[in-house]
Order: sequence, then C-alpha cells, then structure tokens
Amino acid sequence: MAETSTQTRTRRTAKLTAGRLYQNRWMLAAAILAVLAVDLFGAASAGFTAATIVALVLVALVAPRTPAARRLAEASARVERSPLDRLSGEKLAAAVAEPLIIFDRDGAVVHANEAADTAFGAMTPPLPLLLKFRAPEMQALIEAALSGEGTAQATDYVERVPFERVYRVTASAVGRGTGLFVLAFKDQSEARRIDRMRADFIANASHELRTPLASIAGFVETLRGPARNDPNARDQFLQIMQDQTGRMARLIDDLLSLSRLEMKPYLKPGVRVDLRQTVDAVIDSLAPLAAGSAVVVERDFAEGPLEVQGDRDELFQVFQNLLENACKYGRSGGRVVVSMKRSAEARQPEIEVTVRDFGPGIPDEHIPRVTERFYRVDVETSRAHKGTGLGLSIVKHILTRHGARLSIRSKQGEGSAFTVHLPAA
Amino acid sequence: MLTQHTVRAYDEELQFLARKIAAMGGQAERMVDQAINALVNADHALAQKVVQDDLLLDEAEREIDDKAILVIARRQPMATDLREIIGAIRISADLERVGDLGKNIAKRVAAVAEGRQPNSLFRGLEALAELALTQLKDVLDVYASRSVERIGIVRDRDEQIDAMYTSLFRELLTYMMEDPRNITPCTHLLFVAKNIERIGDHATNIAETIYYIVTGEQMPPERPKEDRSHGVTLADDGKSG
Repeated sequence: MAETSTQTRTRRTAKLTAGRLYQNRWMLAAAILAVLAVDLFGAASAGFTAATIVALVLVALVAPRTPAARRLAEASARVERSPLDRLSGEKLAAAVAEPLIIFDRDGAVVHANEAADTAFGAMTPPLPLLLKFRAPEMQALIEAALSGEGTAQATDYVERVPFERVYRVTASAVGRGTGLFVLAFKDQSEARRIDRMRADFIANASHELRTPLASIAGFVETLRGPARNDPNARDQFLQIMQDQTGRMARLIDDLLSLSRLEMKPYLKPGVRVDLRQTVDAVIDSLAPLAAGSAVVVERDFAEGPLEVQGDRDELFQVFQNLLENACKYGRSGGRVVVSMKRSAEARQPEIEVTVRDFGPGIPDEHIPRVTERFYRVDVETSRAHKGTGLGLSIVKHILTRHGARLSIRSKQGEGSAFTVHLPAA
Repeated sequence: MLTQHTVRAYDEELQFLARKIAAMGGQAERMVDQAINALVNADHALAQKVVQDDLLLDEAEREIDDKAILVIARRQPMATDLREIIGAIRISADLERVGDLGKNIAKRVAAVAEGRQPNSLFRGLEALAELALTQLKDVLDVYASRSVERIGIVRDRDEQIDAMYTSLFRELLTYMMEDPRNITPCTHLLFVAKNIERIGDHATNIAETIYYIVTGEQMPPERPKEDRSHGVTLADDGKSG
C-alpha cells in the first residue's frame, strides 16, 4: 500500500519534471549554447561552464510551468465557466415570484424585484430599509442581518393595511464579503385568510341567519298548533316562510361571494373590458326590476372608447349592485341616470361611471359607513327591498381589487350619486 | 435623501434619528393595531401588553430628544439638517401621543368587555381604526421615501375619518338613549372612537412636518371644496404610483 503510493508519487514527479524540461527546452538550449559560446571564447574555465549548465538544467526542472498570475486567472476562469456567474442578480430577482429585496451594509435598498414593488409600493434605491419596514420584528430582523449575527434569520411579518397580508421573511447575507444582504418574503396570507374566512363566515352567518330562522320556526309552531285548521292563516304564513327562506338563500349567496373576494384581495384581474357593453348588459338585465319599481333608466354615455382592465363578471356585479340599489331605494324619484365619461383630472386617466337616483338621498352621517358589512341606513326599508346589507361591501371589495375608487354624493331630498372611478386601460 | 457631510459621524447621527423615528412609528402602528384587536376580541392579555409597550415609546422619544439636542449643540446645523432635526423632535412627540392614545384604548378593554355590545359598533370602530392606521402608514412611508407629492391624499382621508367618527358618535348616542345600562360601555367606546380620530390628526400633523422638512415651506392651506363628496374606497395608491 505504502509502496504503491510512493510509486505513484515518483511517477507523478517524473512526469512533471519531464513536462517542465519539455516546456523549457528552447530557453534551456539557448542558455546552454550561450554558456558554451562564452566557454569557447575562453572567458571561463571548463569546470565553471559545466557547473553553469547543470545549474541551468536544475532551474528548468524546478521552475513552475505556469506563472502565478496565469494560474490565478485559470482558477477563476474555471469557476466562471458555470453559466450562473454571468447571470445578473437583477434578472435572478425578477424571476422570483415572491417579493425579494437586496440591500447593502447601510441598510439601503439596492434592488427590489417586481413582486416586492407590487406588494409594498415602489422602492427606489437607496431607500433605507429600516424606514420602510417599521414593525418591531422586522427592525430586529434587519438589524440582526446587518450586524452579521449568524446566518439566515426568519420572522413573521403582518402587513395590516390596505389589506391583511402575512409573510414569512428571511434575511441573509449574499455570498461572503459582497456586503449585500437579501430579504426574502414568503406569502402566507392565503392560509391565514382561509382561517379568518371560516371564523367570519360562521360569525356573520349565525348572526344574520338567526332572525329569518327564528321567524320560520315560530310560524311552523303556529301552523302545527293554533292555526292547524285555518286555511287563510296557513297561506299567509307559508308566504312569509317562503320569503324568509329566500332571504336566507340570498344572504348565503352574498356571504359566499364576499368571502371569495376577501380571499384574494389583490389578485389583479387583467382582461380588457368594454364598460359600454358591460353597463348596457347590466341595464338590460335589470329591466324587469326597473319596470317593477316604475323607474326609468336613462343612459348618458360619452363618445369614444370606454375600456378598463379588469374582470368582466366582477365589474358586472358592481354595476348590478349599484343599479339595483338605485332602483330600489330611489324609486320615488321615478328615474335613474347612468352616465359614463373619461376624466383626466386625476394623475392618470380615469373612467367615471355614475349611477344617480332621485330618491330621498342618504343622510350624511351614514355615507362613510354604507360599505360596511350589514350596515343598513334603514333596516326596515332594506328588509322590505330584500337587501342583505352586503351589496356595497361587495362593490367595495371588487373596486379595491381593480385599483378603483367609489365616491358617494348625496343630498337629502334630492337623491344620491354613486361614482366609480376606474383607471382607464 | 440626506446629503453627504464632510464629517461622516454627522451623517450617521442624522441617520440614527431617522431610523429611530421609523422604529417608533412601527411600534406606534403596532400598538394601535393591537389595542383595537384587544378591544374587538375582548383580549385582556393583549391589552395588558399594549399598556406595557407604551414605555418603549416614551423611552424612544426621550432618546430622540437627547440625541437631537446633542447634534444641534455639536454641529450647529443649518437649513435642511436643522429642519430634519427639529422635524424629528416634532414627529417623535406626535408618535408618542399616538402610543398614549393606543394605551388608553387598551385600558378601556376591560370596561367595554363586561357587557357585550352590538357587533355593528365594533365593525364601525374597526373600519375607523383601519382608516387611521392606513393614514399613519402612508405618512411614515412618505417619511421614508420623501415623496411629498403623495401627501395630498392624507388630508382627504382625514376628512373621511372625521365623517366616520361623527357617524359612530351618533350611533353610540342612539344606543345610550335606548337603554341607560349601555351608558358606561358606550361612553368608553365613544372615547375609543375619539382616540382613533385623534390618531388620524396626529398622522396629519406628521404629514405637515414632513412636508416642512422636505420643502422648507409650510403645507399650503387647504383649498375649499365646492361640493361635498365622500370617497368610500381608496385606491391602493402604493401600487398605482
């Protein structure tokens, strides 16, 4: 065993020396020739000449084959040969779907990928990271990363407004000695929202479904007891029971669509929607309701294209809810005007769709709150019109998703106007 | 952002102030959020934690004050730097008040939790708190990015908060008139609503201070609106920018 290893070593050394001799052959030959020439002119003794030649050969044997600089270059070239090295960090960050922020030793943002900009708003370098993420646990995380304590650290980060998001955040140094750090976010909002949705649904459903259920139970009891042989009362009671079950069904529908929307509050829908067509379809679909409430729906659409980015079905629901409300609560005005126009007042061009009724209007103190779940300006009127108290809440959620706004203008006795401001496509 | 100075330590001192303000802001946001959560879920332990956390804010404010005085004494700051330092003192005072208000909300949790109040009231308070927190977050984001052109929305939202507060006030009065037994908890909730509204005001103050720091001018007086309209949903301005 020891012998073989000695043998291999000898063989390797022999190979190396032969190689060195071969590589240096020209220089060696020239040097020996020169020494011989000097000897020929009798400038030195034969012994000295022989010694010089031996020395030259020895140097040629020992001198390394490649200069140090070239060896270093070769070593780094070997590493660089991997295609990863030519990849810029920016492109890599852009390919990551989750938010990713690269920052330097001073805690200033060097690069934030698109997902990060979408999630937390535009971050132009050199924005100080500690000023942007102010939650105490994020501060601790970033401080720890900057002070170089250990390796990757992680924490949970909850962003509450404008809608709730939960992230698992990891901070770690990039490579060694680059002076760069990376903050990687993992979105865990979905799981949290499912939990929340379940709890909310149960709370809302149990609260709101109890009333119709109690009334149905009461009538069933009466039908089986005192009203057993009274056909008139039976008919009347059954009618009420049917109305109540209808209300429960509507409630469940609305709660479900609201929960669905809350599940994905920032899924930006991205199809071109022609509002003219959509609003026309809404008006047509609500023609029976309008006729039933003796309300005339008037259209006032501006010329030119009226297109936005969005989800057609959701936008349909927005205008359906608004028009339905206008027909129901503004019926005393006898007409509803749906108008649409482009507006350039805001920073970016907007399309404004206004649904205006001429009913009693909404008292000022209620306006800020009408989009809250189950908030009703007048409980009796709402129930009479088969309202669930969720219509505007759904509108608000859909509009938030579309980056749109809803503004309400109302004057008591003159009616109210609901305006949707959508960014133009 | 901050310009370079010949003395590097000076830069570091100014950065320290800005960072401390951000940390205070984060703490204040957290406290308000937790206080409202404690109130809505009748969570006494969380309320207790909020009350204790207020100490951190008080301490941070003192630290900022000390540091700011030291910087002024040592560096004789001028122009932007001076505004930066004075601004830090003012903002930290506002944030400390926000923390106090959060603490005050947390202290009322026990009194409110005794009798269960109608859900709609809590929903109203939550919506109000969400507006105030969005306000605070936007303002502190502007402090980070120094993009004062986005500060206009802060005033609009302040109006929304006021309107929402008025509405809640009326609702609470109605409950109190309905049943005198509601008076104690509803009075507490009234104070909670008022506190949240005050938090919105402090956020607006901070916005004005930031405007002053960046531009060196006072925020222009509000132009009167010709018609009253209520924006109910606000676009997510962070994204559209």
